[in-house]
Amino acid sequence: MNMLIAVFREVAGLFVDDGSLALAILAVVVFAGVLATLMPDFPLAAGAILLLGCLGVLLANVILATPR
Amino acid sequence: MDSWVHIGPATTAVFLASLVEAVEALTIVLAVATVRGWRPAGLGALAGLALLILIVVLLGPLLDRVPLHLLQLAIGVLLLMFGMRWLRKAILRSAGVIPLHDEAVAFAAETAQLREQARLRDARLDWLAGLTSFKAVLLEGLEVVFIVIAVSAGRGLLIPASAGALAACLLVVGVGFIVHRPLARVPENTLKFAVGVMLSAFGMFWTGEGLGVSWPGEDLAIVAFAAMFLAVALVAVIIVRRPSAKAFS
Repeated sequence: MNMLIAVFREVAGLFVDDGSLALAILAVVVFAGVLATLMPDFPLAAGAILLLGCLGVLLANVILATPR
Repeated sequence: MDSWVHIGPATTAVFLASLVEAVEALTIVLAVATVRGWRPAGLGALAGLALLILIVVLLGPLLDRVPLHLLQLAIGVLLLMFGMRWLRKAILRSAGVIPLHDEAVAFAAETAQLREQARLRDARLDWLAGLTSFKAVLLEGLEVVFIVIAVSAGRGLLIPASAGALAACLLVVGVGFIVHRPLARVPENTLKFAVGVMLSAFGMFWTGEGLGVSWPGEDLAIVAFAAMFLAVALVAVIIVRRPSAKAFS
């Protein structure tokens, strides 16, 4: 049982180490998805949001994770 | 050329990621072998490998039944989360915010724990040692399996991606057998940095494709994404660097 829990934790941990990073990535993807649905003629707008959003999330998360 | 744009980075990413995971698994298997001998260490490792192969065999055909669009989106998001998680950790380690992973320390800790278990309950120790080895191979191997499946899904890259993983594992096992100690000199954080950049780039590409985005330059966009993730990561290291930190140790 302990082994199963450890495996489950490890699988979840593959994707979620810092919860705020995972949530922020999902938020960017959802936002880009909504944009792609609302503006199907401008798919690159969703692509730009996705790209810039993820790069911004990475930078912000690293800065916030650093103790001042 | 189209396929090489995918095969090259995909196989390289899998090779480097597998190198990191194999080094970590080898450290624990070596610790088990040092304390209890090769029998429980080897049997545990083989059992872990067998379970990993079973997971790939069962999961691989199932993925073929998922619509490509949905598969790209799901795998893309998971790759983004996985790759950016590695990249974040590599940035923080490069900047000296969190300590570097040290295989020698991990080996010493695992060995000490096994010796303590030996002192307390010797009769069950072979079983516990085998289980430790099994768990190490299974848990580290799960990451390799995910990366292999993720970079190859829907692209027909299962064979080159698996070959990259196998080559890395064989290399680590071969060197491990020769030197007979943890591979502490492998520049693990540099590898994690590179893999994080590449997996994030793949994740970006496939998430966009899954959302219906036609990236300019098509597959070549992956290279541009990798360059952008690398640039932002390097900027992040500079911004948060601690005075004593050595970059990319």
